[in-house]
Amino acid sequence: MPEETKPPSQSSPPGEVKPATEKPAATPATPAAKPAAPAKPAAPAPTPWDSPMIAKLKRSYGSGIEPLTYLGQHYMIVDRSLIPEILQVLRNEEQFDYCVDITAVHYPQREKQFDVIWVLYSFPRNERIRVKTLTKDGESLPSSIPLWAAANWLEREVYDMFGIKFDGHPDLKRILLPEGWKGYPLRKDYGILQQDNEWVQINLGIESGQ
Amino acid sequence: MHDLIQYVQSYLDPNVKVTPGAAGNMFWAFVYIMLVFLGLSVAVIAMNWLERKILAHMQVRLGPMRVGPHGLLQPIADALKLLLKEDLIPAGADSFVFWFAPFIVVLAAFCVFVVVPFGPQHAITDMNIGILFMLGVSSLSVLGVVMAGWASNSHYPLIGALRSSAQMVSYEIAMGLAVISAILMTSLNATGTGTLSMIGIVEAQKAQGEWFIFKFFPLGLIAFFIFAVAMVAETNRAPFDLAEAESELTAGFHTEYSGFRWSLFFLGEYTAMIAVSSIAVTLWLGGWLRPFPNLLNSPTWDTLFSYVPGATFLFLAAICFYNVARMPKHPYFRIQTMGLGAFGAALALIGLILFIPVVSVRVQDIFWFTAKVAGFQYLYIWYRGTFPRYRFDQLMHLGWKVLLPLGLGVLILTAGVGLLQIKS
Amino acid sequence: MPDPTSLSPLDLDTPDKTFLDANELIINMGPQHPATHGVLRVILRLDGEKVLGLECVIGYLHRGVEKIGENRTYAMFNPYVDRMDYVAAVSNGLGYCEAVEKLLAIEAPPRAQHVRVILTELNRLTSHQLWLGTHALDIGAITPLFYTFRDREEILKIFEKYCGARLTTHAFRIGGLQYETYSGFEREVKNFLAFFRPKIDEYEELLTTNRIWLERTRGIGKISAEDCIALGVTGPVLRASGVKWDLRKAQPYANYKNFDFEIPIGENGDTYDRYIVRMAEMRQSVRIIEQAVDALPEGPIMAKVPKVIKPPVGEVYHSIEAPKGELGYFIVSDGSTQPYRVRVRPPSFVNLQALDTMCRGQLVADVIAVIGTLDIVLGEVDR
Repeated sequence: MPEETKPPSQSSPPGEVKPATEKPAATPATPAAKPAAPAKPAAPAPTPWDSPMIAKLKRSYGSGIEPLTYLGQHYMIVDRSLIPEILQVLRNEEQFDYCVDITAVHYPQREKQFDVIWVLYSFPRNERIRVKTLTKDGESLPSSIPLWAAANWLEREVYDMFGIKFDGHPDLKRILLPEGWKGYPLRKDYGILQQDNEWVQINLGIESGQ
Repeated sequence: MHDLIQYVQSYLDPNVKVTPGAAGNMFWAFVYIMLVFLGLSVAVIAMNWLERKILAHMQVRLGPMRVGPHGLLQPIADALKLLLKEDLIPAGADSFVFWFAPFIVVLAAFCVFVVVPFGPQHAITDMNIGILFMLGVSSLSVLGVVMAGWASNSHYPLIGALRSSAQMVSYEIAMGLAVISAILMTSLNATGTGTLSMIGIVEAQKAQGEWFIFKFFPLGLIAFFIFAVAMVAETNRAPFDLAEAESELTAGFHTEYSGFRWSLFFLGEYTAMIAVSSIAVTLWLGGWLRPFPNLLNSPTWDTLFSYVPGATFLFLAAICFYNVARMPKHPYFRIQTMGLGAFGAALALIGLILFIPVVSVRVQDIFWFTAKVAGFQYLYIWYRGTFPRYRFDQLMHLGWKVLLPLGLGVLILTAGVGLLQIKS
Repeated sequence: MPDPTSLSPLDLDTPDKTFLDANELIINMGPQHPATHGVLRVILRLDGEKVLGLECVIGYLHRGVEKIGENRTYAMFNPYVDRMDYVAAVSNGLGYCEAVEKLLAIEAPPRAQHVRVILTELNRLTSHQLWLGTHALDIGAITPLFYTFRDREEILKIFEKYCGARLTTHAFRIGGLQYETYSGFEREVKNFLAFFRPKIDEYEELLTTNRIWLERTRGIGKISAEDCIALGVTGPVLRASGVKWDLRKAQPYANYKNFDFEIPIGENGDTYDRYIVRMAEMRQSVRIIEQAVDALPEGPIMAKVPKVIKPPVGEVYHSIEAPKGELGYFIVSDGSTQPYRVRVRPPSFVNLQALDTMCRGQLVADVIAVIGTLDIVLGEVDR
C-alpha cells in the first residue's frame, strides 16, 4: 500500500494530516494551540490497575502486559506476541464473553503504527475492559472469530479502514467501502477529501465524487 | 329494416321472461354486454376511489383530496396517467408473452360476467352449467399471472407467479367443495333435481324461502365462510396478497410492468374481486332477491322495498350536499364545491328516477345484487386495513389442512342432512 | 456460539444459475427494496423460498463519520453524530456528549441530566414507534404505521419546540444543555404521556393477539441467548432472548440510577418476543419520563466547560443503551481541540451480523420480518 499517499493539496482543510503528538496548523478557532501541553495543568494520568485477574495474568505473562486505569476505565496494553493467548484466556477463563468492539488507531509517527483495541465486556462480572496492542503496518493479527463470532464484521471494518489484516478470517474483504477501492481512509495519511478517483471514474462514470 | 326493429322489439315483449342469451337475441345480448362492461368499468373506478378513501379513514388520514372534490376525480386522473406512461418491456423479457399476459387476466375476469345474474332476466345469458363456467373461467386468470411472472425473466416476478399458481390451485379445491355444498342445496325440491344455472340457484333459494347461508344452520354459514376466505385468496388480495407481496417481492408478478399494461392487471384484479363476490352473492346471499322476499311479501312491503334504491341514492346525494355546505368558502374551492354539488344533484336525479314505479320495478333486482356485492367489496378493503400478510407455508397450511377438510365435512354433512330432509 | 464456518460467505463466484437450470436461486434483495429499511442489500441464496444462506452488503450510506470526527473540534462533531441513527438522534448525542464529558472529567448538572433523560426516553419512544410501524408494514399490516406516526408526531413537536429540530435534534451540548426548557415543557410532556399510554394499548390491540401476526412472528428468527452474546447482539434483541441486560441498569449513565423501571425480557428470542419486549419498553420509558418530569430539579443546565474544549491526552470508551442496543463511543484525545480518533460502536451494525444466523432455513417472507425486528437504521450501520 502507498505509505505516502499525498492528500489533494489544494483546499485541504486544516488538521488534515495529524501526527500523533502534535498538531500543526490547528483549527481556526485556536490557532495558538501549542502541542504536548494539555490545557488543564492537572491532567489525569493513567494509573496502574490492579485486580485479582490482573495478578493472575501478571503471574503467567509478566511484563508482557501493562494494566492501566484511566478515568475509571481499565485497559491493558498487551505485547503483540501475547495477543492470541491473552484473548483466549480472557474469553474462556475470565468470562469476557462479549466482544463489544474491535477498532484501531493510527499513529504514523511511531514505528509500530497501529493501536488495535478490543473492547470486551463480561456479562457474569459486569465489567468492561479494553485490550490494546501495538502492531506494525503490514503485520497481521490473529482473527478472534473463533472466540467471538461478533468479531467477523468488526475485523472486516478494521481491515477496510486501516488495512490491518487478520489471519484466519474467513472472509476478510472490504465492508463499508466498495471492493477494489484503494487506500485505507482512517489512516492519518489519508486526507479527508481524498478518494480513489480511479475507482470513482470507472465505476460511477463521473470525474470525481467531490 | 322492419325485421330488424321486430327483432329488437321481440325481446321487449313482457312475455319473454328469459335472458337475451337464452332468448337468442343477439342485439340485446350485445347491449347487455356493453352495459355490463361499462358498469364494471365504473365500478372499478368507484372501487379505486372508495378503497383509497375508506382505507385512508381507517388509517387516520384523508386520502385523495385534491383532484376533484374529495378526490372524486383521482381515479380518472390516475387512469390517464397510466395510459400516458411509457409501455416498458424489459430487454430480457419474452416480449409476446409479456405483452399478452395482462389481457388474459382481464379477459378471464370479464368473461365471468357472461353468466352473472343481476336479475331474473338481467344476465347476458343463462347457461345450464353457469357456476362451472364461472369457476372455470375465473381460475384462468392464474394463467395470465404465471405468464407475466415467467415472461418478465426476473426473479421477483417468477417467485410471485409461483406463489400465485400454488395458492390458486390449493384454494380452488376448497372453493369448489363449498360451491358443491351450495349446489346440493338447490336439489332440495319436489323433483330432487339440482341446478348449476346461476339463475336457477337463486330461484331455488327463493323457492325454498331461505338464503343458502342460513340453510341447515350452521352448515350453509360454514360453506359460505370457506368460500369467503378462499375467494380472497383466489383474487390475491390482502391478507393473501402473497403474489404481489409488496414488502417481500417488491410488486410480485407485475414488478416489471408499467403504464397501460400494469393498469390492465389492476383492472383485472378489481374485476375479479367483483366477479367472485358475485358468485358468493348468488350462491349464498340470494342473488338479486331483496331481503325477506317470502316473509314480508305483501304488496305494501313490495312497494316499500321498491323505494329503497331511490332512497339510497337520495341519501348519497344528501351526504354530498352536506359536504357542499361544509366546503371552505374560499374562492379557491368554488369549482370543487360546484362539482360536488353537481355530483350530488346527479345522484339525487338518479334517486328520483328510481322512484318512478316503472323504473324501480325493473331495476331493483340489479340494485339489491349490487348492494350485496358492494358489501363484499367493503370487506375486502377492511381486510386490507386490518390484517398482516400470511406467509406462504401458512397460507398452504390454511388451504390444505383447514379449509379443505372443513369443506369436505360440510359437503358430507349437507348431503346427509339433505337426504334426511327429502326422506321425511 | 454459532459455528464460525456457518457464517462464511455465500459462494458467489459460481456462475449465477438461473431458475431454468437449477433449484437454487440467488436473489439480490436491495439496495432498493421497500422492506430493507434503507439501502441494505441482502444477497439471498434460496431453494424455492427457503433461505440457504445470505450475505449482507452494506456501505451504501457510508459517509465517513469517524473520519469527519477527526477533522472537527469536539463541539463541531456533536451535530454529526445525530446523522448516524437518525431516528434516535437524541440518544446518539447523549452518548457522544457523555463520552466527551468523561474525557474532560466533568459532569452535567442535575437539571440537565433530567432533561437529557426525558428527551432520550422520548426519543426511545419515537424510535420504537417507527420500528413498530415499519415492522408491521413489512409483515403486511399497513395500518399500525399510520397510528404510530400520528403519535410520533406529538413527540417530534416537543423536540421541535425544545430545540428547533425534529429529527436531527442536536439537543445536548458537551457539559449540559444549550437551551433551558421552554415554558410549558413539563406540562406538555405530561400531557403527551397521558395521551400516549392508551395509544400503546391501541397498537397492541391491533397486533398482539392477531392470529396472523402471531403466526408470522412466533418462532421466526429465533436466536438463543448464547448466540446473541457471541454475536455481540444487544438491545431489545438480546433481552428478548432472555438476557436481563440493559446498560441503564448494568452500568448506569446519566442519572438513570435514580429512576425506578424494569427491564422487560422475553423467553424464546423470536420475533414475537422482540415485539413484546419493545412494547413493554415503551411502557417503561413512559414510566421513566414521568418520574423525571415530576422530579425535574431547578438549577443550572450547563457545567463549567472551557470555551475551547481540549481534553487531556487519553482515551475513553463510553456506551449507552440506545433504542437499538449498546451505542459506544471510543474517543482518543491527543490533547488538542480535535479528537485524535472517534470510533462509534453502532448497535445496528453489530446486530445486523446476526441476520444470517436468524434467517437460515426460514422463508423469504421471514427475512423481511427479521430485518424489521432487528430494527436497523442504515445510517448507523454504514456511518
